[in-house]
Amino acid sequence: MKSKKMSIANFMKNNYFQVVRGGLNSTFQDNGRENLYHIGLPFSGVMDKRNYLIANKLINNNENDPVIEFAFQGPLLKYFGVTRDIVITGNVNFKIIRNDYTEHLGECYRTIKINDGDTIDIISTNKSVYGYFSISGGFKLSKVWGSFSTTLRAKVGPNNGNKLINGQEIKLNEPKEAIDRKLDFINSNIEFIRVIKGTNFDYFSEQSLKDFFSKKYQVTKLSDRMGMRLEGSKLINIKSTNIKSEGLVKGTIQVPADGKPIILLSDHGTLGGYPKLGVVISADYDKLVQIPPGSKVKFKEIELKDAENLYKLYNMETNNILNKII
Amino acid sequence: MIKNIVNLGDAALYCDFGNEVNKEINSKVIRYFNTLKYKKLKGVTNLSPSYNKLIITYNLSETSFNILKKEIIELEINDNKENISQKINIPICCDDEFSLDIKRLEKKFNKSKSEIIKIFLNKSYFCYMTGFVAGMPFLGDIDKSIQLNRLETPRVKVPKGSVGLTEQFCNVYTFESPGGWNIIGNTPINIFNPSDRNKPNLINPGDEVKFYEIQKNEYRKLYEK
Repeated sequence: MKSKKMSIANFMKNNYFQVVRGGLNSTFQDNGRENLYHIGLPFSGVMDKRNYLIANKLINNNENDPVIEFAFQGPLLKYFGVTRDIVITGNVNFKIIRNDYTEHLGECYRTIKINDGDTIDIISTNKSVYGYFSISGGFKLSKVWGSFSTTLRAKVGPNNGNKLINGQEIKLNEPKEAIDRKLDFINSNIEFIRVIKGTNFDYFSEQSLKDFFSKKYQVTKLSDRMGMRLEGSKLINIKSTNIKSEGLVKGTIQVPADGKPIILLSDHGTLGGYPKLGVVISADYDKLVQIPPGSKVKFKEIELKDAENLYKLYNMETNNILNKII
Repeated sequence: MIKNIVNLGDAALYCDFGNEVNKEINSKVIRYFNTLKYKKLKGVTNLSPSYNKLIITYNLSETSFNILKKEIIELEINDNKENISQKINIPICCDDEFSLDIKRLEKKFNKSKSEIIKIFLNKSYFCYMTGFVAGMPFLGDIDKSIQLNRLETPRVKVPKGSVGLTEQFCNVYTFESPGGWNIIGNTPINIFNPSDRNKPNLINPGDEVKFYEIQKNEYRKLYEK
C-alpha cells in the first residue's frame, strides 16, 4: 500500500513535458468558450475542428479534451514519465528523438509511444497552417470560464492565457491504457470557399462583387488566429466605408476603406464597423483556416439553405471518419 | 421592436433595431439581450448587443435560422427588471505623457487642453455596449464641440488604459491593442478583470460613467497592473 502511494506521488511529480521550444503560436484549445461575446471575448477554440476531433478520438480521450494547437513551427517537447501514446493530426512534419539519440520521422494520424527522455520535435506544418497534438490521458489543466481554450489577446485560458514559452513545463494526467491505432486520412484541398451574402453586400460596386466571386485572392502573411488578410482586386465601396460598430461572427468577410478583404477567424474582435461583404459557410471553415499565406483562394456565393445542407454533410463526413476509428 | 431579422452567415441571426444611435434604441437592444441571456433558447451560443443591433449566434447542429427567427419574433420581453444600471466614477490622468492626441484636438477645435478636458469631464456617459477587445466600454454621447473622426491611420499599439474619443463616443482601451481613437488621457484602474468570472467587466451596458481628473502622483498610487 505504502509503495503504491509512493509510486503515485512519484508519478505526479515526474510526468511532464519540458518545453524546449514553444514554437510560433502553440496554445491549448478545445471546442471554444460560449456566451461571452457581450463582454468582448470571442469563441476562440481550435481552428480546424475536424482534425481536433480526430486527434482526441485516436488517442482515446474525450471529445472536448484540450489539445495543443500549433501553427507553422510547433513546439519541441522533452518528455519525462511513464511510457504513453501521443497523436499528431494535420499535415505535419515531425520527428521523435529517442532517449538513445536515434531519430525517427513521425507519422500523423497514428498513435506513437513515447518513453522517459524522448523528445518530440514538431518541425512544421506542410502546405497548411495548423496541427494538433494530443496525448493519452490528456494535459493537466483547469478550465477557465468553462473552457480550456486560450484567447491570447485577452490573456484568458489555461497557462495564464499565454502561448507555450521556452523553458516552461506542461503537467500531464495519468495515461490511459496503451493502444495502437491508425487512420487513413488525407486533408483534401477545396476548390472554392463558399460564402453567403453579408448584411452590407450592396455596399460594393457590381464590378467589385463580380471580381470577388471570379478572381483569385491571395492569403497574406498578416494572418493569424484573429483574421486572414487577402490581397487581390480592390473592392470598391459605393455607399459608406464606415458603419456603426456592431457584432461580428467568425467567417465574416469585412472590407475596410482600402478595399482589401479581411476574413475574421476564431479570435476575432467582437465588435467592428467595417462593411460585411459576406460570411464563409460553417462547412468550409476548417478548410479555410488551413490555407497558408501565399496561396490563392476563390470564392463562390451560395444560398443559406445550401449552406445548411452542406453543414449536415460536413457533420456526417466527420462522424464517418470518427466512426472508422475503433 | 425588432425592425428586421436576417441571417449573418449560416449560424447567426442579425436583429436590426434601426440605424440611429440613441439611448432609447440601445435600451431596447439591452432588454432583448437580458431576456435572452436567461431564456437560454436551444442552440444559442452567443449574444452580441451593440448600439442598435443584436447578433445571436447558434450551433447549426442544434437549431437553424428559421426556427430561431420564429422563437425570437414570439419572444416575450421582460420589461426592464434586469436592467439595473450602475453609476461608476473613473479616474483619468491627462498628463502630456498620456494625452497622445491632445495637440491635434487643440488645433482642430481651437480650444486649449484644459477647455477640452473640462468639457469632457462635465458630462456623464451612457454605456451602449462592451467589446471589440474584452471589456472595452463604448460610452456616449460626448459634447458636440469635441466630436471628431477616428485617426486616418490607426495606431499599431494604443497603451492599456487609454481613454479615446471618436464621433459622439468615448471608450477605454482595456488592453494594449491596435486602434484609431483620439487619445486624451489614461486611467490607472482595471476595467476588465479576467479572474472575476461573475463580473469581469467594471462597466456594463446601461451603466452611467463619469470621469474625474487625477494628477500623475495619484495615477501612480492607483495604478493596477
